[in-house]
Amino acid sequence: MSEVLLKIEGINKRFGGLHALSNVSLHINKGEIYGLIGPNGAGKTTMFNVLTGLYTPDEGSFTFDGNDLFRAPPHVVVKTGIARTFQNIRLFHEMTALENVMVGRHIRSSANALGAVLRNKSTRDEEAAIEAKAWELLRYVGIDDVAYERAKNLSYGHQRRLEIARALATEPKLLALDEPAAGMNPSETESLKALMEKIRDGGVTVLLIEHDVKLMMGLCDRIAVLDYGKKIAEGVPEVVRKDPKVIEAYLGVAHE
Amino acid sequence: MTMDTNKKLAVFIASAIVLAVLPFVVGNTLGNSWVRTIDFALLYVMLALGLNIVVGFAGLLDLGFIAFYAVGAYTFALLGSPHFDIHLPFYISIPLGAGLAAMFGLLLGTPVLKLKGDYLAIVTLGFGEIVRIFMNNLNAPVNITNGPQGINLIDPIQVGGVSLGKAIEVFGFSLNPVHMYYYVFLFLTVVVVIMVYRLQHSRIGRAWVAMREDSIAAAAMGLNIRNIKLLAFALGALSGGVAGGLFATFQGFISPESFGLLESIMILAMVVLGGMGHIPGVILGAVVLTIAPEVLRDVIGPLQMHTFGKMIVDPENARMLLFGAAMVIMMLVRPEGMWPSKRRAAEFKDAKKG
Repeated sequence: MSEVLLKIEGINKRFGGLHALSNVSLHINKGEIYGLIGPNGAGKTTMFNVLTGLYTPDEGSFTFDGNDLFRAPPHVVVKTGIARTFQNIRLFHEMTALENVMVGRHIRSSANALGAVLRNKSTRDEEAAIEAKAWELLRYVGIDDVAYERAKNLSYGHQRRLEIARALATEPKLLALDEPAAGMNPSETESLKALMEKIRDGGVTVLLIEHDVKLMMGLCDRIAVLDYGKKIAEGVPEVVRKDPKVIEAYLGVAHE
Repeated sequence: MTMDTNKKLAVFIASAIVLAVLPFVVGNTLGNSWVRTIDFALLYVMLALGLNIVVGFAGLLDLGFIAFYAVGAYTFALLGSPHFDIHLPFYISIPLGAGLAAMFGLLLGTPVLKLKGDYLAIVTLGFGEIVRIFMNNLNAPVNITNGPQGINLIDPIQVGGVSLGKAIEVFGFSLNPVHMYYYVFLFLTVVVVIMVYRLQHSRIGRAWVAMREDSIAAAAMGLNIRNIKLLAFALGALSGGVAGGLFATFQGFISPESFGLLESIMILAMVVLGGMGHIPGVILGAVVLTIAPEVLRDVIGPLQMHTFGKMIVDPENARMLLFGAAMVIMMLVRPEGMWPSKRRAAEFKDAKKG
């Protein structure tokens, strides 16, 4: 049995009368690609926002790599090692691609206002290191040729990659990707898949939300299925695919 | 590369020479009242650059910025006047005023962390008024600020036994207070410019831009939004406090009247009209908006006498009218400001297209 990296138990999240997540538990192991699927409105993105600190859950427990992150604010979550991308890409549009990734280095650097004003040696060294690391990550995701372009001028596929590079800049142990293949053509999806495998092989655990079930089946080590805020199945893709509850959630049940 | 550095060096030396001789050239041709106007322009440059940290860099609309100017000014006045008979030297009371202003920045920033846009503007506006009204009423039961009468006979800056408040003779040159203060102000303005420039091009400056563009994404990248906002408020207030202290000693007299809402709006107008977030633009905005009303004051009266033979519109009213019209036209024609940054200009261009 491999080591558990992220462990949530009995998470509940309500929005007024809507029970968006009810008693959801997930265990993500170190070094796997873990998929979260489910029909529209199943609570996948809510789960994501809970995991990254943007939403505070009502009940439950949430530990990550030995740290209690229940109701922790986003910057603490990121510092502990969870980074994310957004379903509807949220880059800093007017900044260049390079600057976007440099923002991601914020949490792993420490120059304060005084250092910035005095521009002493340690601040200059740190700034150079931030920029070097940003270049390295742009090369890693394969978009270093557009480093000086403003983010909003990048193509859709490049924007997706830039968001991944920016998230990787925070040095995550778990990279959470919210529908990274949405709107991509088959060849783009294929190269994205290769990138995700490269990230996993580099030692980063990947959590993936995706609509593209085919992609998920081929890529994920394990999958959980959400429906109406409840986890209805979890396991290796071959088993989940055949689970009657999953088939029912996706296709509806046949009426006799 | 060398060509570029040479050019930069040439520009630097040329502007240094111009700035060095400016008060004498202006004083001898237009009179010392214009040197005084230039001194004020420098104060406003400091103020506008301070506000620019909050509004331009961090994207937080602040309509009460003058409060920090007031805090700096009153700190200096109370610590250097016959009012309490305390006479601390300027190198203590100016940093003290700046520090206190920064603390007031935190005081304002803390309750408004969750607010943005119009709501933030209204709270900051209220904050500015609260500070002014306190200054106005803190004369009873214990007289601290001397109320609406203000504080008089504030110490001039003393450098090595020389008071900047009296004209002195140096090598046959007569140096007026306006000249001497010019150099003090210029020095501190340069310090503030370097400070804000370096902040902008640092980890902190990047964090401000990221927060301004998308605070949710910024939080998801691990930026501590609360601290970054508070830092913007505190650092903006800091330069406001420095300018306030200088204002008090330069004028020798302050009263709550100098710290009204109109002043806050004026400084905001300098930032917006100059080019929000762009340091050269903000400096230009501050200089133009300080000098232009004075030029109009000198021109409108004589012009009417010359063309109509009598005064048709009161010069003071006409001046504000023209000034207001110019601002409206400017915002319609060039909403990004006189000298915007490339990034900001592009934002406006895209907004127009979309």
